[in-house]
Amino acid sequence: MASSVYLCLLRAVFLVCFVNPLIQGLSEDESVFQNPHHQQEENLTGLPIVTFKWHHVETPYLVIIWVFVAGLAKLSVVELNHHVISVVPESGLLIILGFILGGIVWGADRAQTFKLLPPTFFYYLLPQIILDASYFMPNKLFFSNLGAILIYAIFGTCWNAATVGLSLWGCYEAGVMGNLDIGLLQFLLFGSLIAAVDPVAVIAVFEEVHVNEVLFILVFGESLLNDGVTVVLYNVFDAFVALGGPRIDAAEIFKGIFSFVVVAFGGSFLGIGFAILLSLLTRCTKHIQIIEAGFVFVVGYLAYLTAEMLSLSAILSITFCGICCQKYVNANMDEKSVTTVRHAMKLLANGSETMIFLFLGVTAIDTEIWVWNTGFILLTLLFVFIYRIIGTFLFTWMLNKFRLVPIEVIDQVVMSYGGLRGAVAYGLAALLDEDKIPEKNLMISTTLIVVYFTVILQGITMKPLVQWLKVKRAAHSDLKLIEKLNNRAFDHILAAVEDICGRIGDNWWTRGWNRFEENYISWLLMKPKARKNRDYLFSIFHKLNLEDAINYVSEGERQGSLAFSRSDEAANVDFKKQFGSEFADVMPNIMVDMSNYELGIEHFSVTSIVKDTIPSVSLDIHGQDRKNAMDDINAHHLLQQHLYRSRKHHRHKYSRSHFSINQNEDEVQEIFQRTMRSRLESFKSTKMGVNPAKKITKHHKKELTHKMPNGHPDGTGHLYGDEEVEGLCVFLPHLIEAGIENPVFLPDMDSPTHSPPWLMETEAVAPSQRAQRRLPWTPNRLRRLAPMRISTCSTDSFLMADVSLTLEEHEEHSQTDHVEM
Amino acid sequence: MGSRASSLLREEDIEEIKKETGFSHSQITRLYSRFHSLDKGENGALSREDFQRIPELAINPLGDRIINAFFPEGEDQVNFRGFMRTLAHFRPVEDNEKNKDPTSGEPLNSRANKLLFAFRLYDLDRDDKISRDELLQVLRMMVGVNISDEQLGSIADRTIQEADTNGDMSISFSEFTKVLEKVDVEQKMSIRFLH
Repeated sequence: MASSVYLCLLRAVFLVCFVNPLIQGLSEDESVFQNPHHQQEENLTGLPIVTFKWHHVETPYLVIIWVFVAGLAKLSVVELNHHVISVVPESGLLIILGFILGGIVWGADRAQTFKLLPPTFFYYLLPQIILDASYFMPNKLFFSNLGAILIYAIFGTCWNAATVGLSLWGCYEAGVMGNLDIGLLQFLLFGSLIAAVDPVAVIAVFEEVHVNEVLFILVFGESLLNDGVTVVLYNVFDAFVALGGPRIDAAEIFKGIFSFVVVAFGGSFLGIGFAILLSLLTRCTKHIQIIEAGFVFVVGYLAYLTAEMLSLSAILSITFCGICCQKYVNANMDEKSVTTVRHAMKLLANGSETMIFLFLGVTAIDTEIWVWNTGFILLTLLFVFIYRIIGTFLFTWMLNKFRLVPIEVIDQVVMSYGGLRGAVAYGLAALLDEDKIPEKNLMISTTLIVVYFTVILQGITMKPLVQWLKVKRAAHSDLKLIEKLNNRAFDHILAAVEDICGRIGDNWWTRGWNRFEENYISWLLMKPKARKNRDYLFSIFHKLNLEDAINYVSEGERQGSLAFSRSDEAANVDFKKQFGSEFADVMPNIMVDMSNYELGIEHFSVTSIVKDTIPSVSLDIHGQDRKNAMDDINAHHLLQQHLYRSRKHHRHKYSRSHFSINQNEDEVQEIFQRTMRSRLESFKSTKMGVNPAKKITKHHKKELTHKMPNGHPDGTGHLYGDEEVEGLCVFLPHLIEAGIENPVFLPDMDSPTHSPPWLMETEAVAPSQRAQRRLPWTPNRLRRLAPMRISTCSTDSFLMADVSLTLEEHEEHSQTDHVEM
Repeated sequence: MGSRASSLLREEDIEEIKKETGFSHSQITRLYSRFHSLDKGENGALSREDFQRIPELAINPLGDRIINAFFPEGEDQVNFRGFMRTLAHFRPVEDNEKNKDPTSGEPLNSRANKLLFAFRLYDLDRDDKISRDELLQVLRMMVGVNISDEQLGSIADRTIQEADTNGDMSISFSEFTKVLEKVDVEQKMSIRFLH
């Protein structure tokens, strides 16, 4: 493995070393080439078989070589990271590698020929990163925290800019920095460009430190939206510097503030406009599916460039374009196109990020730009750091008064520590006009140092800091198992109650907006077919559940009722467990029968209640041994590993290198299936003494009841199979349609008087009996559920339901009696 | 939303609920409109189906248990009073409340009552003890499918061991309270209802 690392590095080095002199040599000779070319035409003595056409390909060749080198760099960095360190974030390593490469180039050239030029950065490297960030932005989270994000972005950035600028100026006036040709306005300009938190750096570092969703979205959202402020501040102060001090009066200041409004909102609305355009486009691209993925990138880039052209905030424009279009584009485009877009975005973004960090390193090795002024640089570092902390705490304190869920102290610490500066600051510094700002090189040097400091040092220490803080915060002693369990349980409980309450406060607005969006916007922007399948998540669950149900049923069919119980088919396992545990407490006295059935683990849990034995006496001997041998650590570790994450603990969904956190989806899927199964099973449980005349929305029951005599309780073969499957098919979409229609959970059709023998057998039982029971039983029930779809709210269905309810009950009971014999 | 829903809720009701649960007037009206929007059958009471209709509850491991917690013993409908009574458990504990009304008994959102609510979620059969099996059920609900039942059983045993002081292999409410005394229950079981 180590060899591959060295190999990569060597490759990179050789490539650069080889190519560079070649390029140098050739470009020097270029002029020679051009002339000889003409001369050759004149002096052509023979047919040249092969000619060396460097000047034809120079520009694209260089570009591609650098992209290639960047790719190699990333490869070697990642390889390195596996073994040596997971301590230094990738971005930091890339910068260091950039230093090395820069050193090589400089060594070969005595001059830095490859620099990160601002136009390259701003037009070719930055847009795709922002587009990627916004396209995968978790919208719900973003918008629900939008207030906080805006406060941080706008006021936080202004605060940072003002304080850093003014403090530096104050220190300059105090003479700490020696002699510089610089004024207040220039300090403020510098303050504004160094104030901005950089999205690229934030993503790069935070991705490796897994923090909770809200914290991530706050920092990330802030880094994206503060561009609006940064651009304005930068332009305003740049103009002020050009105007000169005396000409600035109140009018100019007002213009400055007004320009903020125009730039920020203009950029956002422009982005939204392009998002609408994109959505409409994808709505019509049914016949050119092969290239529809391209539209996303093209329109996104157009949004960026158009905003730049109109001197509006380009980052805001492309951000809102991505945020607003995601939903519609994903719905309208063909699945393959969606996948293509995702993969391509990640590719471009990752590649750009790599190149940016690499170039940031390479650019450093340039003797021309370095101007060292200890006071300036150190003070900048200090002020940037301190004012970020102060600003964050200040604004969070104000925000917590209004927030539903306050931001904790540890999150604030991480937020302030996570205020990383990156390439955007450098780009802005490099754009400075030397004539207006004589100390441009000093500013560039300082910016570079700040960037390196934040990305490398803060990046390295971020993870340990987070861990240290969390450990410190937790109880002094290790949490006991029960505390851990309860903590997680409380999280789940809170999440559930919040959902029940509808998270009031934003509820009316979000409901109103959702309604508006569903009716008008989606109608305009989404394909009609896409609108119907809107519940993407649930449609997946629906398919999975269907498959599961069909497997289960066909399995039962195939094996017959008795064999059913003894089979250890995977399809049945969960069900069995669920069953046993769910009903164990309900029917204690039946358990003796169960010992006849080899139910394995399920058996164990149930009998423990009955015999009321000490749990350690288990029928499963291996379990006993294992239990004794299990350390405290083991149990804690297991629990920690396997507990379902609550909403609070779910990892953030944005990641540079992954699309979705698969574990999260698996967990959700598991929980969902389990819940649905248990609800299905709860049909079978009779609640004693419950009033059966509930509002059951059934319809057409009369029609169906007459079908029953056709069915035979012991019916083998496909008759039941089909009906059951059909019943389930019909039933499940209902369950799953996000609760829009009432999934009628059949309340206890069976009246209490009838139940004891029938009930016991069905539930507590042995899958075998259940299987037997089930076949005749379920189709009826489920068929009754079928018509639900037709009318759930009309009162006549209620009435009909009540009427036919009694009818059905009788018929069913007569049937069950028949079978019991 | 506003007028139709609140017209069904009379002032006296609001006052009573206010006294019983401690919610403010605006919180009660807001929650009533939520209650009303959940109540698809429009019969002034919520059934289990109404709760199950909330999609997020289906992907919450303890979702169904919490739904059950709303319904009093043996009943299948919960009216607004009952709804509010259950939600009152989640009100944040305010300091000034401690002095308010010593005669009315402990407020619903006291620490003890919050713990009792959680306890009742585990203790299905209401025998005031969390037996090993009940604990196993809860564990099974909260844990992924990759963990075997033996392992789960061991965890359950360990958990009971940690808490059980009187050796009956189950956790009584007092043992439960004792074990959780270091946990900040007030924070963990509170939702800020916007005023």
